[in-house]
Amino acid sequence: MGSRRARKTGEDVMASFGRFIRLALGAWALLLLVTAVPASAQQVNPTASSVKEQQLLQELNRIQGRVSIPDQRSGVLEQPQGREWREFRNVTLRWIGGIAILGMIAAIVIFYLTVGMVRLEAGRSGRTIVRFNGFERFVHWLTATCFIVLAISGLNITFGRPLLLPLIGFEAFSEWSQWGKYAHNYLSFPFTIGVLLIFLMWIAGNIPSKVDIEWAKRGGGLIGHDHPPAYRFNAGQKMIYWIVVIGGGLVAASGYALMFPFYGTGIEGMQMAQIVHSIVAVLFVAAMIAHIYIGTIGMEGAFEAMGTGEVDVNWAREHHSLWLDQQKARTGPNDGQPQPATAAAE
Amino acid sequence: MARMKFLCDADRCIECNACVTACKNEHEVPWGINRRRVVTINDGKPGERSISMACMHCTDAPCAAVCPVNCFYTTADAVVLHSKDLCIGCGYCFYACPFGAPQYPKVGNFGSRGKMDKCTYCAGGPEADGSKEEYEKYGANRLAEGKLPLCAEMCSTKSLLAGDGEIIAQIYKERVMKRGYGSGAWGWKTAYREIIES
Repeated sequence: MGSRRARKTGEDVMASFGRFIRLALGAWALLLLVTAVPASAQQVNPTASSVKEQQLLQELNRIQGRVSIPDQRSGVLEQPQGREWREFRNVTLRWIGGIAILGMIAAIVIFYLTVGMVRLEAGRSGRTIVRFNGFERFVHWLTATCFIVLAISGLNITFGRPLLLPLIGFEAFSEWSQWGKYAHNYLSFPFTIGVLLIFLMWIAGNIPSKVDIEWAKRGGGLIGHDHPPAYRFNAGQKMIYWIVVIGGGLVAASGYALMFPFYGTGIEGMQMAQIVHSIVAVLFVAAMIAHIYIGTIGMEGAFEAMGTGEVDVNWAREHHSLWLDQQKARTGPNDGQPQPATAAAE
Repeated sequence: MARMKFLCDADRCIECNACVTACKNEHEVPWGINRRRVVTINDGKPGERSISMACMHCTDAPCAAVCPVNCFYTTADAVVLHSKDLCIGCGYCFYACPFGAPQYPKVGNFGSRGKMDKCTYCAGGPEADGSKEEYEKYGANRLAEGKLPLCAEMCSTKSLLAGDGEIIAQIYKERVMKRGYGSGAWGWKTAYREIIES
């Protein structure tokens, strides 16, 4: 105990001596500085080596440093590239989206007015064949309803301010957009599941094959009375399938990057994600408008496939002849002779 | 009317963070949000500089341009403000802002954003000046009381200047002239498309 105390006292002495030395040195240094300043002030330029804003921006297109607050992401001081993103969001995207969607609608209207609905040439046979089972239809409509809500709420973010806001006013538009945002965020999950299920359950029928080339060469038989052969899915449907799978995958991935800010992305990542998300989304909407058209008023007998799940045998013969042959081979020759058109149940 | 701006004289900033603290206290800024922060560039190296940064109240503000619900407005003093009643918390202003000013309180599930919060230049919001509602949503409205933003008022080295753009630019120019150096008005080119010749 005694020796420790002695050591402690020794340390105290040493410390106070050290303090004295430091004080003396400090005073001496200060004296030097004070006398030296007038002489050296002209030569010292503290900014000679200092960081320069423009130089930093040119090097990295952003300026980043250290912050002492917990939010480390606020260490990015400046990133002017938001300007390019703004240009994309306010100008480029509106052009892309406007042309894609209005162009598609215009093309469909012109097509409908000139060519009209693709009719069942042989009329209805009155006998049906199962095309999509209950689970397939459930997945389709799950994805479809989510898609429609997502599309409307998404288009609202891009086009609502110039188109809808002036009509309904700030408060109503904000309220509507707020609900749109919630719907957009939450329905993304069932939509993603739907896309995933679509990918898995229909992949077998959607691998491109030689038949598709022939089908595409004959323009899918859209014009005239041509009916190129096709298996369960023709080349046009395969295109829709891959648009849904790839487009859906892209919007889901980019959308989640935006929904979970800073999980693996920085600000540039989120700007890129928004660009990918919005371009894919408007093209997706345009493609789905065509899909909705051909599945409803565009083709006689097509809607039933996703409605009741059963299509007329004559519809199957005209649009999916090879598929019908496969089905017949599986179930036996009981559908050998379709009824003539006159026998269709009116 | 004045054209209000911020100017941080980086050669004077000592990174004391008084501006950050003053701001948080004055406006009772929610936990996790910093309307102002001090960023140190080249920390510990020769030529290190600290810059206090918040919303710069840009000319032709990008946040206002990209907002899907048009919730931003510019006051007669050219201060960029927004309405939290209209804001839907989409995050677009944050993508567009060059200074990382907009922040969102984390509400609900995943990273979902609440109403955006940012520096108001101590000028409140669309509610009646000095009202309780205004204070709760946006913090104090010092401008309406004839006072300047507290961050600049409290700056220990008078590095951070707030006030009419021409006047603070003049002060800065005089400083640069007198001391013989200046690393420029950080952010001015991006925010106001102008630089202060020094």
